[in-house]
Amino acid sequence: MDLSTRYLGFNLAHPLMPGASPLVDDLDTVRRLEDAGASAIVLHSLFEEQICQDRANAERAAEVGADSFAEALSYFPGLDHFTLGPEAYLEQVRKIKAAVRVPVIASLNGVSIAGWTDYAKLIQEAGADALELNVYFLSTDFDDSAGLVESRIVALADQVKRSVRIPVAIKLSPFLSALPNLVRRLEVIGIDGLVMFNRFYQPDLDIEALEAVPRLELSTSSELLLRLRWLAILSGRVQPSLACSGGVHTVSDVIKAVMAGAHAVQVVSALLKRGPGALTELRDSLSRWLEVHEYDSLKQMQGSMNLAHCPNPAAFERGNYMAALQGWRSGS
Amino acid sequence: MADKKPSRDETQLIDGNQAAGWVAYRCSEVVAIYPITPASPMGEFADEWASAGRPNLWGDVPQVVEMQSEAGAAGAIHGALQAGTLATTFTASQGLLLMIPNLYKIAGELTPFVLHVAARTLATHALSIFGDHSDVMACRQTGMAMLSSSTVQEAQDLALIAHAVTLKARVPFIHFFDGFRTSHELNGVMPLSDGDLRALMDEDTITGLRRRGMSPDRPELRGTAQNPDVFFQAREACQPYYDACPGAVQDAMDQLAARCGRQYHLFDYHGHPAAERVIVIMGSGAETARETALFLESNRGERVGVVTVRLYRPFSIADFVTVLPETVRAIAVLDRTKEPGAVGEPLYLDVVAALAEARAAGNQRFKGEPAVIGGRYGLSSKEFTPTMVKAVFDELSRERPLRRFTVGINDDVNRTSLSLGDTLTISPPGTIKAIFFGLGSDGTVGANKNSLKIIHEETGQYGQGYFVYDSRKSGATTVSHLRFSPQPIHAPYLIRTAGFVACHHFPLINQMNVLEHAAEGATVLLNAPGKPDEVWASLPRSVQQAAIEKQVRLWAVDASEVAREAGLGRRINTVMQTCFFALSGILEGDAVTQIKHAIDKTYGRRSEEVVRRNHAAVDASLSHLVEIKLPARASANHDRPPPVPAHAPDFVQRVTGMILGGRGDDLPVSAFPVDGTWPVGTAKYEKRSIASEIPQWNAELCIQCNKCAMVCPHGVIRVKPCAEAALATAPEGFRSLAYKGEEFEGSRYVLTVSPEDCTGCTLCVAVCPAKDKANPRRKALEMRPIAEIAPAARDAFAFALTLPEADRTRVPLQVKQVQLFEPLFEFSGACSGCGETPYIKLLTQLYGDRAVIANATGCSSIYGGNLPTTPYTCNAEGRGPAWSNSLFEDNAEYGFGLRTAFDQLEKQARTLVRTLAPGLPGQLVEGLLAATGRDETTIAAQRERVKALKEVLSGAGKLEARRLLEIADNLVARSVWILGGDGWAYDIGYGGLDHVIASGANVNILVMDTEVYSNTGGQQSKATPIGASAKFAIAGRAVAKKDLGTIAMSYGSVYVAHVAFGARDQQTVRAFLEAESYDGPSLIIAYSHCIAHGYDLANGLDQQKLAVDSGHWPLYRYDPRRLAAGEKPLVIDVAPGKAKLAQFMANETRFRVVERDNPERFKALLKQAEAEARHRSERLRFAADFQEPKAE
Repeated sequence: MDLSTRYLGFNLAHPLMPGASPLVDDLDTVRRLEDAGASAIVLHSLFEEQICQDRANAERAAEVGADSFAEALSYFPGLDHFTLGPEAYLEQVRKIKAAVRVPVIASLNGVSIAGWTDYAKLIQEAGADALELNVYFLSTDFDDSAGLVESRIVALADQVKRSVRIPVAIKLSPFLSALPNLVRRLEVIGIDGLVMFNRFYQPDLDIEALEAVPRLELSTSSELLLRLRWLAILSGRVQPSLACSGGVHTVSDVIKAVMAGAHAVQVVSALLKRGPGALTELRDSLSRWLEVHEYDSLKQMQGSMNLAHCPNPAAFERGNYMAALQGWRSGS
Repeated sequence: MADKKPSRDETQLIDGNQAAGWVAYRCSEVVAIYPITPASPMGEFADEWASAGRPNLWGDVPQVVEMQSEAGAAGAIHGALQAGTLATTFTASQGLLLMIPNLYKIAGELTPFVLHVAARTLATHALSIFGDHSDVMACRQTGMAMLSSSTVQEAQDLALIAHAVTLKARVPFIHFFDGFRTSHELNGVMPLSDGDLRALMDEDTITGLRRRGMSPDRPELRGTAQNPDVFFQAREACQPYYDACPGAVQDAMDQLAARCGRQYHLFDYHGHPAAERVIVIMGSGAETARETALFLESNRGERVGVVTVRLYRPFSIADFVTVLPETVRAIAVLDRTKEPGAVGEPLYLDVVAALAEARAAGNQRFKGEPAVIGGRYGLSSKEFTPTMVKAVFDELSRERPLRRFTVGINDDVNRTSLSLGDTLTISPPGTIKAIFFGLGSDGTVGANKNSLKIIHEETGQYGQGYFVYDSRKSGATTVSHLRFSPQPIHAPYLIRTAGFVACHHFPLINQMNVLEHAAEGATVLLNAPGKPDEVWASLPRSVQQAAIEKQVRLWAVDASEVAREAGLGRRINTVMQTCFFALSGILEGDAVTQIKHAIDKTYGRRSEEVVRRNHAAVDASLSHLVEIKLPARASANHDRPPPVPAHAPDFVQRVTGMILGGRGDDLPVSAFPVDGTWPVGTAKYEKRSIASEIPQWNAELCIQCNKCAMVCPHGVIRVKPCAEAALATAPEGFRSLAYKGEEFEGSRYVLTVSPEDCTGCTLCVAVCPAKDKANPRRKALEMRPIAEIAPAARDAFAFALTLPEADRTRVPLQVKQVQLFEPLFEFSGACSGCGETPYIKLLTQLYGDRAVIANATGCSSIYGGNLPTTPYTCNAEGRGPAWSNSLFEDNAEYGFGLRTAFDQLEKQARTLVRTLAPGLPGQLVEGLLAATGRDETTIAAQRERVKALKEVLSGAGKLEARRLLEIADNLVARSVWILGGDGWAYDIGYGGLDHVIASGANVNILVMDTEVYSNTGGQQSKATPIGASAKFAIAGRAVAKKDLGTIAMSYGSVYVAHVAFGARDQQTVRAFLEAESYDGPSLIIAYSHCIAHGYDLANGLDQQKLAVDSGHWPLYRYDPRRLAAGEKPLVIDVAPGKAKLAQFMANETRFRVVERDNPERFKALLKQAEAEARHRSERLRFAADFQEPKAE
């Protein structure tokens, strides 16, 4: 079965790839992922904020107690001994690039415009084939309008796009007021791909300790639905290629994502639970399913259930809620 | 000295440690290191250079190895030398003493070797980290050659001479320079290139070393035991090498001069060619003497001169006599050491003997036989100034000078001290002198080092920086002394009159005499909060008067506000630095641009944001800088408060107060105890007010858990039960609650905070579990600005102290209630949020009134016993911990000795009670001899009996009765505690600790494990965990932490507890109770968070929990009594697994930098650490299952 697809300008053997996660921290796991059939490798994000935080912490740690007490004018080895910047990440890009034959997609989460563009260039120089921008602004400021937040996203994507030659995808948050409009603006600046969607740490409450506790659970298939809707809405109507990220665990999930319009399907939680072999299972199952259902190729299925092709497009629009409600009434 | 003036552009601004260390590193193949102040930086540099892969002269990276002690380092060096390698080490003071046995061996075997020493005072009546020659003088008999450097430049140059000559002469060298004054002084040094080093390091001599190295291919034997028939002759066989050594040194000095233009001699003379009065001296003081002599000669025509001793051993009589002017008629020999009981100090005796020898050999050089007198100066870095040098020359002018004298102190007991005349200022014209007062935490010293660097690089001026620190680890003050001059600066003494004075922390204006050293018309810069027009009124009257009298130009900037606005928090250094440059005019051209350039260089590699914020601070600084016009007369109604309150005891007023007021130098000899004994309980008289925010008690939320009091590192939070009636006289607003608990039912509960003693660490707020349900951010304790709540808090605390302490016999021994016990360790100068001091405080609460503490040198001995004030105190009955520090390495044995003595005294007392029983009340005798328990009731009853016994015995004439009277107190159980850190327990003192726990003696050992040598600045110990970066393990330690608890448990007879008060305070308290009650050796290994871990210690308690829950720090108690009772002796109090080790490590910079720097290596280390934690956990689980099979 021809499972080939085209994502960010790459011809891939199939759409399945590990999404951004700590899985790729280990070079052996990366090799196992490739052996398991990953069509590309997406690295975990280089977090500018984390780098800044680590630097600030290290500097603070070096300052505390320094030049205060005659016996100990410092309590740490000099910071000049350590590489506290992005070098370790870049080195990992280089190593992964050298270790695998499939495209290597680095990921970046910046804070400042300079951070986004500088690190993007460094990542490109390190040999990444493409870059996925892990963008989110959690606005808690009452003065920030939706338009302002979206404009920030477009501006930084534009800056990055101008600063590198490699394809640039952008990983979006689902919590945006006017996603199609934003996507159109990203399309205009030449963004090569859209990854839908980011998953966030969510604060939970500890009702005994009266504290907020950050939490990130592994995804479930139920999270796929949000992705399906937006893939279906955008599929066929925008230039950038589309990737589904979040909630893909079974072959049905993969099929749904592709039918909704995904060119690539990123898997993380399933790999964390079941290991790299899960990728092989999904690919083989996908191939079998297409054969059993007598598809010619994956491309035939790609976008077949998007807004344009779906027999009941209203299901993707606001009608979904109404139908469900009516269904409940009629069934009662 | 330097005959060729160096070109300033080529000099490097470094300190003496770096200067000597860099030569030593390049000339060595093996470097054995162990930290000790002030030599630690040499080892740290060597480790850093090796870490960075910097090669030695032969292209290899030397092996840098840390040992468990200086004795270990010397042993390792001895081995490395015998294998034919070039080896070196660095040390000082007690560390040098530990090396002496090997120095004899190394010298006896004629082994080329150089030991670099930052000379430091030996501990006698007290420890001192500062500089003198008592340590090196203790080595003059070892057979080591001794070469002395007087300046930072010489520390480099003579280091090379030593390394070169030792190979040629085969005599090993001690190369020494003055601790702190030279080791830590920043000055311009003309660097020696590799080419210079190679030119002097003769390859043939290295070949000789190699060929003498031990090899099974040409086996030889060294270290034989010899007998009376041959030892003597064999010992004399080395003599020709010593005879030849001075010549070899001079040859090398000449060779260096030919290459670099700096000519040194074994003895260098400077002064009038026909001098009549000459000082002989070595070390940094020689520079002061030299400069003064030249000044007196050229400005006043005095016929004076100075001989600087460089090669002290072997002492070349011929060279010494030759260098003296023929005209000399009086010589003063100055020693920087004291040798009580000797005819004179060592250098003096050498000079006297040398002159006598020369005379006996027929030397007729001198016109008249010079008289020689000897004096002591500069002990423990006591200032040695031109004024003092002049006093010595003046003494030599007298017809009958003092034969033995001291200079620099007022010895009103022995009448030895010389009177000082008017202050002599000899700075060359054009020298800019600046003094900066600051806090350690505000970056003043760092900024000044940076300023020196900028000026050095940008102006062509020579610079010198020397920094004075106080002895506290929190709220420490610093005084920076900076000189700049178009000429090289040789002034190894503090600035007495400065043209620029800055006070970076405004409250210091009330604590220190900031304008004391301001010159007439000096520029004075204050970091003053608030509006500029209010600054003058806020100055104390005496400061106003001094400002007017000296007609200073006074400037003020609210640097804290500027820094805050720029996003720099409390770091005011950039602001003050900018103002300094602007006011001093020392930078030519655009100062602002140059400062920004320097900021770019300093921070550019690290963070764009930090650079931006500093630039913003620079821009804002000058617009906030305001000149304060001086009125005609002082107007303030307030003045600097006395350093101690009027109600303080006489000794505190006379002595402690003087030291606190910065006038310790003025105290005469008669003010001091003759044997180093010092009163306790003086920290309470020093109100430092170093916190900006302190905890406020929101009583309505409080659940009386007392956890805040438990964790408070400074003993600032006190809780008490009291009768309602006792509150009748309470100050207005004093709060109390109905006491919760049966033990004091019906009483009131009070909690108070001492505002001026709080360091603002916030641990109390962190631990407080009582939250406002409607607003959980608000707790029963919340931090409030000190200015807002201090007055009421001060009154409340003072009132609470007057309330009676809780009846100890009624207090249940649970974590909550034991905090009702009065702490007898309070207000120490430990770091804010210290993780060690809560354990000591707890110890004193439980057993302080009968505790005797042996304290290993380290953090706990410094915050425990460093002057000016002492945190150990006593209760209303006058009882409290008796505390003493012997050494670093011997503390377990020292405590064991105390225990042995108390056991013996108790035994004697019991024997005497029995002997005298017929004349004593029978019930009293029975009670005295029967009391064996150590609970509060038994102790109280026994004290009553002893009191009764003493009353019966008082006035008795019988010898046995008089003897019993003296030792009767020993019938009350003494609680012997042996305290120290991991450097002591795991490394240098481990052998002794092992022996003591194996002895069965009833001692309690408390190891406060910070997992690093904290006191000397964060070098790794064997307690450092895998994956942590520390000095000497920069890339992250790769070997597992020693499992001291398991080792101790292996004896089966030692009580062992592993505790972490921040994780499970109840377990900690239980461990202390069990340890003390066990009639045998007890070892408590206590997790102690530390600033060297690299995170905000406000999170110390959470991090302790993570340490425990992740398995990094298992909590357990092993009690041999349970074994005897047929129970499982080991109880694991918390099973690990609730958190991952990676979570624990991710919070601490010591791990994060390793991870960030090399993620793959860190991952491997993490895996190793996880495996190790798992193995330890399994070992413990296995051991916890063990119990003796029950007898049938």
